[in-house]
Amino acid sequence: MSNLASDEELPTGVLDNREDHSPGDEPLEDAGHWVRHANLGLTLSILLTAGAFFLAGSNIIYGPAVPIALIVLAIAQMGVHLVFFLHITTGPDNTNNVLALAFGILVVFLIVIGSIWIMDHLMQNMMPTRMEDMMQMQP
Amino acid sequence: MTETGLPASVEAIRRVREDPHRLGHRAHGPAEIIAGAGHGMTGPASKRIIVGYGFWIYLLSDIVVFSCFFAAFAVQRGATAGGPTMDQIIEVPRVAMQTAVLLVSSYTCMLSFAATNARSRLWTQVFLAATGILGLVFILLELQEFAELAARGITPQRSGMLTSFFGLVGLHGLHVSAGLLWLGTMMAQILVKGFRPEIVHRLICFNLFWHALDIVWIGIFTIVYLMGAG
Repeated sequence: MSNLASDEELPTGVLDNREDHSPGDEPLEDAGHWVRHANLGLTLSILLTAGAFFLAGSNIIYGPAVPIALIVLAIAQMGVHLVFFLHITTGPDNTNNVLALAFGILVVFLIVIGSIWIMDHLMQNMMPTRMEDMMQMQP
Repeated sequence: MTETGLPASVEAIRRVREDPHRLGHRAHGPAEIIAGAGHGMTGPASKRIIVGYGFWIYLLSDIVVFSCFFAAFAVQRGATAGGPTMDQIIEVPRVAMQTAVLLVSSYTCMLSFAATNARSRLWTQVFLAATGILGLVFILLELQEFAELAARGITPQRSGMLTSFFGLVGLHGLHVSAGLLWLGTMMAQILVKGFRPEIVHRLICFNLFWHALDIVWIGIFTIVYLMGAG
């Protein structure tokens, strides 16, 4: 059951906070601090999302660059979410959170990039299954 | 330490305001023992921190699961087996709507936690309810999309691309549905038990979960929908 004693009230005003912060938690601040934080995060997210949908539907930038631009916008928006909604910071109270996140990102990149890389090469070395491709292989 | 001559408490508050993380003020080497910081003989960090951190680890592993589905989709996106291609099954206006709804629900979720910190039961419930309604709209839009695709004969067994598409988008939808159930139980728990510490811990975890779902959705609407439509 619950362990009420272990959850001490955070002292108001005086944060001698050399404790860690858990991600998503909101340490006590003056009134409105986290609401302003949320407003800022929402504004940035709307800008980035609207930008992504706009770029995808228009041709104002060089066509082949659109996917790259979309990925850049997506990564920027994930960053906005991490900072403004999950409160991941670079502060020393967040070291554990950031390290865990870094390891997570490493695994995600290994899986995604690794899969695409390997399967792409595998595809190139496959025996062609369509007749037309087979014909092209004849000398 | 300083020569301002202010009372110690005022000085401490000023220091906290200007430098909440005490960057540059942290003792190097052996320092006095801080209760709850996990140093020395003072035992582990408080439960609030351990619960949040543990849930963070779970979320990262959940994102790794999603990355497997992303990888499958990236590999299979050309495997249409003569069936419909991505740009034939995507309706950008609906995806824009879903994205807007989920983003605003993330926002209201954060406001609900700000209300929790202010110990306002009413506003916590109001914002949680708003989060739930927006999440429900998201799920209904997704079900509508799947139903329309199914009516056109576009089902997961049609091609490898469609399998991975329905798998990835459906897994996210499943997470949102589970989140909605969780949200309902959290509202009931607040109603019955109030802001007991363990309830607040669960609210921290729910917040994390909901924001993480939005982060995954950013990846989905960018890679699956926008890049597929282009």
